[in-house]
Amino acid sequence: MITINVNGQSLSVDVPPDTPLLWVLRDTLGLTGTKFACGQALCGACTVHLNGTATRSCVLPISAVQGGKVTTIEGLSAHSDHPVQRAWLQHDVPQCGYCQSGQIMSAAALLTQNKNPSDADIDAAMSGNICRCGTYNDIRAAIHTAAGLLKKRV
Amino acid sequence: MTSELHKYSRRQFLQTSAEVGGGVMIGFFLPGLSRAASPDADTATATFRPNAFIRIAANDEITLIVGMAEMGQGVLTSLPQLLAEELEADWHRVRVEQAPVDPAYNNPMFGMQGTGGSTSVRAFWEPLRRAGATAREMLITAAADTWGVNRGTCVAREGFIHHSSGKKLSYGQLAGRAASVAVAQDAPLKNPKDFKILGKSLPRLDSPAKVNGSARFGMDVRTDGLLTAVIAHAPVIGAKVVSFDATRAKAVAGVKHIVQIDSGVAVVANGYWAAKTARDALDVKWDLDAKPELTSKAIREAMLTRLDTPGVLARNEGDVASAQSATTLESTYEAPYLAHACMEPMNCTASVTANGIDIWAPTQASGVNRAVIAKLTGVSPERVNVTTTLLGGGFGRRFAQDFVIAAVQISKAVSQPVQVIYTREDDIRGQFYRPASVVRLRGGIDGAGQPVFLDSRVACSSVSQAGGFPLKNGLDEAAVEGLSEWPYATPHVHVEWAPYEPGVSVWFWRSVGNSQNAFFAESFIDEMAHAAKKDPFEYRRTLLSNHPRHRAVLELAAERAGWHKSLPAGRARGIAVCESFGSFVAEVVEASLQADGAPRVHRVVCAIDCGMAVNPGIIRRQVQSAVIFGLSAALHGEITLKDGRVEQKNFDDYPVVRMNEAPPIEVHIVPSTEKPGGVGEPGTPPIAPALANALFALTGKRVRRLPLRAEELRTT
Ligand code: FES
Ligand code: FES
Repeated sequence: MITINVNGQSLSVDVPPDTPLLWVLRDTLGLTGTKFACGQALCGACTVHLNGTATRSCVLPISAVQGGKVTTIEGLSAHSDHPVQRAWLQHDVPQCGYCQSGQIMSAAALLTQNKNPSDADIDAAMSGNICRCGTYNDIRAAIHTAAGLLKKRV
Repeated sequence: MTSELHKYSRRQFLQTSAEVGGGVMIGFFLPGLSRAASPDADTATATFRPNAFIRIAANDEITLIVGMAEMGQGVLTSLPQLLAEELEADWHRVRVEQAPVDPAYNNPMFGMQGTGGSTSVRAFWEPLRRAGATAREMLITAAADTWGVNRGTCVAREGFIHHSSGKKLSYGQLAGRAASVAVAQDAPLKNPKDFKILGKSLPRLDSPAKVNGSARFGMDVRTDGLLTAVIAHAPVIGAKVVSFDATRAKAVAGVKHIVQIDSGVAVVANGYWAAKTARDALDVKWDLDAKPELTSKAIREAMLTRLDTPGVLARNEGDVASAQSATTLESTYEAPYLAHACMEPMNCTASVTANGIDIWAPTQASGVNRAVIAKLTGVSPERVNVTTTLLGGGFGRRFAQDFVIAAVQISKAVSQPVQVIYTREDDIRGQFYRPASVVRLRGGIDGAGQPVFLDSRVACSSVSQAGGFPLKNGLDEAAVEGLSEWPYATPHVHVEWAPYEPGVSVWFWRSVGNSQNAFFAESFIDEMAHAAKKDPFEYRRTLLSNHPRHRAVLELAAERAGWHKSLPAGRARGIAVCESFGSFVAEVVEASLQADGAPRVHRVVCAIDCGMAVNPGIIRRQVQSAVIFGLSAALHGEITLKDGRVEQKNFDDYPVVRMNEAPPIEVHIVPSTEKPGGVGEPGTPPIAPALANALFALTGKRVRRLPLRAEELRTT
């Protein structure tokens, strides 16, 4: 049994210790908002927050998460109203939408570390997240909008 | 190509759905968009269902039903806009539902339920507006009957029928009565100047579910007793299983079954991780015949040789053989195989029971899935149910049947519901590739620089044959599209296709033949402009006087890009224009070279004429999307083979454009009252040639082979 905290809930899971967090979320806990796309830490679709840091869950064995705090897209906000989510809706960013959970989690982590990211900061923080639909222009604009929303909230 | 009226009376529809689903149409409800509708039986007398696309309940719930698949292109919003406009619905109160598989939802341009070829809005432009108008007229009749007044004194507006006296009834209040009035014939369509919903950049209806993790894609399907399957696929093209040893695989905790299917050996387990771990532990013996002919170098040489013998005629005007020119140019261009690399790897969920087959798939072709699976299993089509989930990208790949067949074969073998998941490596190596293609182009110009002739022969595999579409007099138009339309005033034009089938499976890839042929054609017209010592934009412009829509987008893109304005040192612009899928797109690229010779794109300016714009915001985003897709191919995309093995596997060796390489992309839409053209694909073809042309302007080097490699561009 491995104990983890997911979206504020403490849980015990009975899975082999090498199971990546991604599959514990998707297959054991039924949290399908976090996506599988490469399985090799190459695309960012599976991004979650581990103790507040953006992490690729597809290569993170559950044994390494023991005792850690995991936040997934489902737990980012109570009413889908995190400033990043609001900005995403304002810019109507998603196309197919498959990469967007990961994009939003990466963007939210960026904004906790850097309240006012420049375009170069966005390139650096977001280039690990692939979007095959090419929503990059809208993602960039939405991150700037979200930074503005966060400032207003303070 | 027809947008023929898709007449479907209520009676026909109810008959069909009775045959198909026991009389109750149960759609796939998009979480976050809607609550599940109450079953028909409860409200049988009060539900108004004038056709397959509209359902109005007594509680004023208006449901618009979309038969096309949502893969990012926005059909769950744009198609409802067509319906709601004519229905005079209150946009803020409509809910959207994904249709089941049913002939009522056949794509009029394909004759089957399938999404692709940038057809959705084109094909349903008239049928859905008619469907909305028909329902509106029936609601007006119901209100007039209720009040005992003349129909002419009633109007429909935002979900109500209003009478000139000021009284009104909601659509829900009228549903029961409307259900019993005669189906309106020849309901009039609105004048476009009165459009309130159609033509607006309304936010996508699927966005809320896509920002909070609740949107359900194929891989998110969960059913009772669901197992996960991962397949050991043939490592070499065409290899067959000789035998396999499952001892080590069976030892993995959670493994339930190991079964052989047509495409390999499937491990079925509790969850993906167990299935994947056991799949990797499988010991499969394949008949690995040496396949040196399936090596990229050998294929390339064979294709170039194929260019020396005649092919099938695609276009012939004037007489190229006798044309006299002052200067003759000859060039060979090449494009590689490409994978789609949809963000969501291929997957499908199937449950095969004695009662029939249920399939949940991120599919572009539910109608084809049904037919193929019925044929494969001998189960009658009515008992093959296909639920289309959201698609994590499509780009043509999800028109294929491989993942659906695999899921059905595995579920049948283990008598349990199974979700088959391709790893990214399975997906990239999955052998549905944009055809590699080579072309030899000869062009002549006269003393004044005017084109005299264009002579060309393209060698590549037939994507239409691969997809089961018939050739026309032996010609696959997809092999030459983007080149055979050569719009530039040229007295003698000859285009041929030299079929060449090395044994690599090819498939439709966003913009299909245009994706490589526009690179060939639009690079070559640039070569002609250079030989004529003319500005490449002005040269094109003067040669497009008989093609006003090409010319208009070309001029708009050039103007917005500031074509004649100077750029900082080390930067240059290139331009290209292409008509595809009924739309016209011109793009101007601003590019530079990085220290290692790799191109860098700083800005892209696009102009699109797609006829009447149904949702300008979605059009803008689709063009941006298509540009990034084409840019990934222009900068990086290449699938290569070595002795029958695909050499790429994941995003490390099959790279795509990421945020740091994504330029700002401006999109300008030409105002138009023409019928809508396609939108999902036409933005892709011009980007590679516009970039190659910019790099030529910058370096004087003409790169004629995709992707555009640093080593061919390096100046030192
Ligand atoms: S699925 Fe984890 S980074 Fe791609
Ligand atoms: S929205 Fe489709 S992959 Fe990003």
